[in-house]
Amino acid sequence: MSDHVPTPASAGKLAGWVLAASLLLPSAPASADALSEAAGNYRIDSSSKINFKVDQVGGGGIKGSFGSYSGSFRIDGSNVSKSKVTITLFPKSVKANQARMEDFLRSDAVFDVANHPEITFRSTSVTRTGDDGARIDGVLTARGKSRKAQFEATVGKRNGKAISFRVTGSIYRSPYGMDVGTPIYSNVVQFDMTLNGTRK
Amino acid sequence: MPRYHENTYGIVAIALHWTIALLFLGQIVFGFSMEQVKSLALQFELIQWHKSFGFLILILAFLRLLWRLAAGRPQPPATLSRVERVAAETVQWTLLIATLAVPLAGWALASTSTLGIPSFAFNLVVVPHLPLTPSDEAEAFWRETHKLLAYGAGMLAIGHAAAALAHHFVLRDDVLVRMLPGRAARPATHRVTLETNDDV
Repeated sequence: MSDHVPTPASAGKLAGWVLAASLLLPSAPASADALSEAAGNYRIDSSSKINFKVDQVGGGGIKGSFGSYSGSFRIDGSNVSKSKVTITLFPKSVKANQARMEDFLRSDAVFDVANHPEITFRSTSVTRTGDDGARIDGVLTARGKSRKAQFEATVGKRNGKAISFRVTGSIYRSPYGMDVGTPIYSNVVQFDMTLNGTRK
Repeated sequence: MPRYHENTYGIVAIALHWTIALLFLGQIVFGFSMEQVKSLALQFELIQWHKSFGFLILILAFLRLLWRLAAGRPQPPATLSRVERVAAETVQWTLLIATLAVPLAGWALASTSTLGIPSFAFNLVVVPHLPLTPSDEAEAFWRETHKLLAYGAGMLAIGHAAAALAHHFVLRDDVLVRMLPGRAARPATHRVTLETNDDV
C-alpha cells in the first residue's frame, strides 16, 4: 500500500481536481438518504451470513451459523417505518465448530428440528435510527413459541440492484424452551447477520 | 502429635472416609446412569452435576490424604496375619489414591473434550481445564481411563466393605467399629481401658 501514498504535490493536484469537479457538476443531495433511495422489494439471497454467538463462563463461547434460510424485505421509500422484513431460518442447517455440537443443537435439547423445522422472524415495525440505520421490532417464532424480538439494521454496500444490511440483535433463549446449558452458557444469543438483498 | 492412642480413626478421618465413600459410590452409579439417559438436555445437566461432585470428591480426597499422612492410623489388630495386614493396607491406599485418580481422570476428560464445555462447579466456581491439548483421541483415552478406574475402584470398594463386614460379623473384632463415629465420639475416660488393652 505504501506506493499509493500520495506525495504532497499529487495530493494538491487531486484536491484541485475535486474542487473543479464540484464547481462544474450539479451538486448531489446534501445528505444521501440510503434507505429512501433503496426503496423496493428484495429477496434475501444465499450470499448472506447468519452468524450467532453464545458466551460461556470463563470466556469464549459457541459460535455458529445457519447455512439455509429464505426471506424478503420491502423498503418503503416514502415512509421507511412501513418497511417490512420476514426471514425463515432452517435450524437443520446449523453449523458450529464441532459435529457433536451441531447434533446437540439440532436435537430436542435445543432447536428440535424434527418437530420445529423453521425459525421465523416477522417485523411488526421499523423505526429509523439514523440516515442508514433502523431498529426492527417483530416477532420471532422458534419451537412453536412466539416472542417479541428486536434487531438493529445498518445499511452496508448497495447499488441499484442490491442492498446489504448488517443486522444485530440479542435474543434470550429461555422463553423458547432452549435454556439448556445455562448458566454455563449465556441465556443470550447474539446474532450478527449480513443480509444481502437482491431486487425482485 | 500422635492422634492414635485410642483404637479409633478419629472423627476427622471417619467423617472424610464416609463422606467420600458415599459420594464416590454415588458418582459411579450416577456416571453409569447418565450415560443411559435419552434426553440430551437432561444428560447435559446430569453431566454437569457429575463434574461438580467429582471436584468435591477431589478436594475431600486430597484432605483425606493429607490427614492420613499427618495423623497416621490406628495400629492394625494384633490378630491380623502379615498377609492380611499387607492386603488391607494395599487396598486402603489404592482406594485413597483412586478417589484422587478417578476425579483427576474425569477432569482430564473434560479438559481434552473437543466440545470445550467449561467446568462450572455447582454453578459457583469456574474450574479451569487442565493444560492438556483437546483432541478426539485424547478425549476417548481419558473417557476410557476415567471409566475403567471408576469401575475398578468400585469393585475394590466392594471388597474393602466385604472385608470390613467379615471382620465385624465373622471375626467379631473392632476393625469396622473404629471407622464408625460411635467410638470416636465416646468420652475419653471410656477409651482409656481400650488403650491399655491394645498396649498389651
